[in-house]
Amino acid sequence: METPSIGLPAAAPAPRRPVLGVPRRLPLGLLLPALALLVAELAVRTGSVPANLMPAPSEIAATLAWLAEHGLAGHLASSCLRVAAGFACGALLALLLGALVALKPHAARLLDPSFQALRAIPSLAWVPLLLLWFGIDETPKLILIAIGAFFPVYMGVVSGIRGVDRKLIEVGRLYRLAPLALARRVLLPAALPAVLTGLRNGLSLAWMFMVAAELIAASQGLGYLLTDGRESSRADIMLAAIVLLALLGKASDSVMGALEKRLLAWRDSDVTGARA
Amino acid sequence: MRETTNLGTLLDIAIDDKRYGTRAVLQGMRLQLDPGEIVSLIGASGCGKSSLLSIAAGLDPHYRGSVRLRGQATGGPNPEIGLIFQEPRLFPWLSVAQNIAFGAPAAAHDSARIDALLEEVGLSGYGDALPKQLSGGQAQRVALARGLYTAPRVLLLDEPFSAVDAFTRMRLQDLLARVAAERRLTVLLVTHDIDEALYLSDRIVLMGGRPGPARAEFAVELTRPRARTELAGAAMKAAILDSLHAVHAI
Repeated sequence: METPSIGLPAAAPAPRRPVLGVPRRLPLGLLLPALALLVAELAVRTGSVPANLMPAPSEIAATLAWLAEHGLAGHLASSCLRVAAGFACGALLALLLGALVALKPHAARLLDPSFQALRAIPSLAWVPLLLLWFGIDETPKLILIAIGAFFPVYMGVVSGIRGVDRKLIEVGRLYRLAPLALARRVLLPAALPAVLTGLRNGLSLAWMFMVAAELIAASQGLGYLLTDGRESSRADIMLAAIVLLALLGKASDSVMGALEKRLLAWRDSDVTGARA
Repeated sequence: MRETTNLGTLLDIAIDDKRYGTRAVLQGMRLQLDPGEIVSLIGASGCGKSSLLSIAAGLDPHYRGSVRLRGQATGGPNPEIGLIFQEPRLFPWLSVAQNIAFGAPAAAHDSARIDALLEEVGLSGYGDALPKQLSGGQAQRVALARGLYTAPRVLLLDEPFSAVDAFTRMRLQDLLARVAAERRLTVLLVTHDIDEALYLSDRIVLMGGRPGPARAEFAVELTRPRARTELAGAAMKAAILDSLHAVHAI
């Protein structure tokens, strides 16, 4: 985003007006969660909410601390690894097949109808079948996460490449780019915004399907913690797992958001920070 | 039926038939450009000016006829024939310098040449800027530099200055006149601006509202550099306007 040494007028960011006199950098987004925590804590302390159903935030924090010393790292690692591996497989496959379908009309006629049909199936419907086919070890979980990540990425790639401005493609043809060079130098960069949106949506779905997979059959992971909490009626453990899922989801999405912002710095839009 | 190409002709565009679906847009159109000649093509919108340019640039193979450069059929885009579009059509993810060098393989990226071109179009120091940081006129200057990077002999321009304000347009016209003279370019300019045609060209070709050969040709024998206020052009402008009216009246 930084302007080169010459003073270009359009590059200067418009000064943001302070809202209600609040200094610009104060994380205003933290206000609501902090308030919610405070209200919950007070409600439990005063006895207006039963502590066994809605433990106080301080108790959840204590549970988290206890879990940290009793294998939390293992749960976190298994969940994160599953998401990473499943997302990587699903997204990579979607990038390749999406590019193929978008670039080759024959491939589109052959593959796209089937993908659209598969996309119409709610992905969780695969769970029983996956369990039957692959048992309860890692394979069905990774496949489920990959399926979840596949379709948003696939849709992003296809719509991104198909939506590339014909006028830019014409410039590529004018300079006699070979099909591969045209794809690399014009189509893919132009499709990048849609592809990145697809990746971001795919990643959040990967987290969702990871929990679904672990709820059904796992002995490690945050989904397992949720099941474990339910079986032992420990709302504090369930809430601790939910808090961790929220933090991990937000962290990974922020990484994707930062990547998007960096890769798409060339875009002529003033929405920077709107999704951060 | 077709007259032979003059030895002196650099670009010879002969379009027997060009149609979109069943609608013919160009028929029996012949246009020959001598080396170093600047020709403007004017006519009502929809008369096929842009189609003709697209065919001449080799972007549209769906027509009957031929485009010959020094007597050789081009059969597609040719590095010796550059095209400047109505819009700058810069790649927003590439810097100005990368946009300019787009037409050449990455290995041939020649920063000295890019800097020289930037200076030529009056944008020294803008090499690292992104297209979003440019004004419309600046972007069109970069587009011109990109068109010149491959050192074409012929430059085709499709209403290149129609999207900028009047002052910017005059400065861009001056730039084009200077560049064309310095590089001894052969130029085919599609425009709907009679003043622009009179200011820039050696010859003005008028296309009719219906497909067919050119309706009229005007040789502009004014000395260069030309003044925009020159009275000698006024008589010719009246004649061109009359012809345009006649064409529309048919």
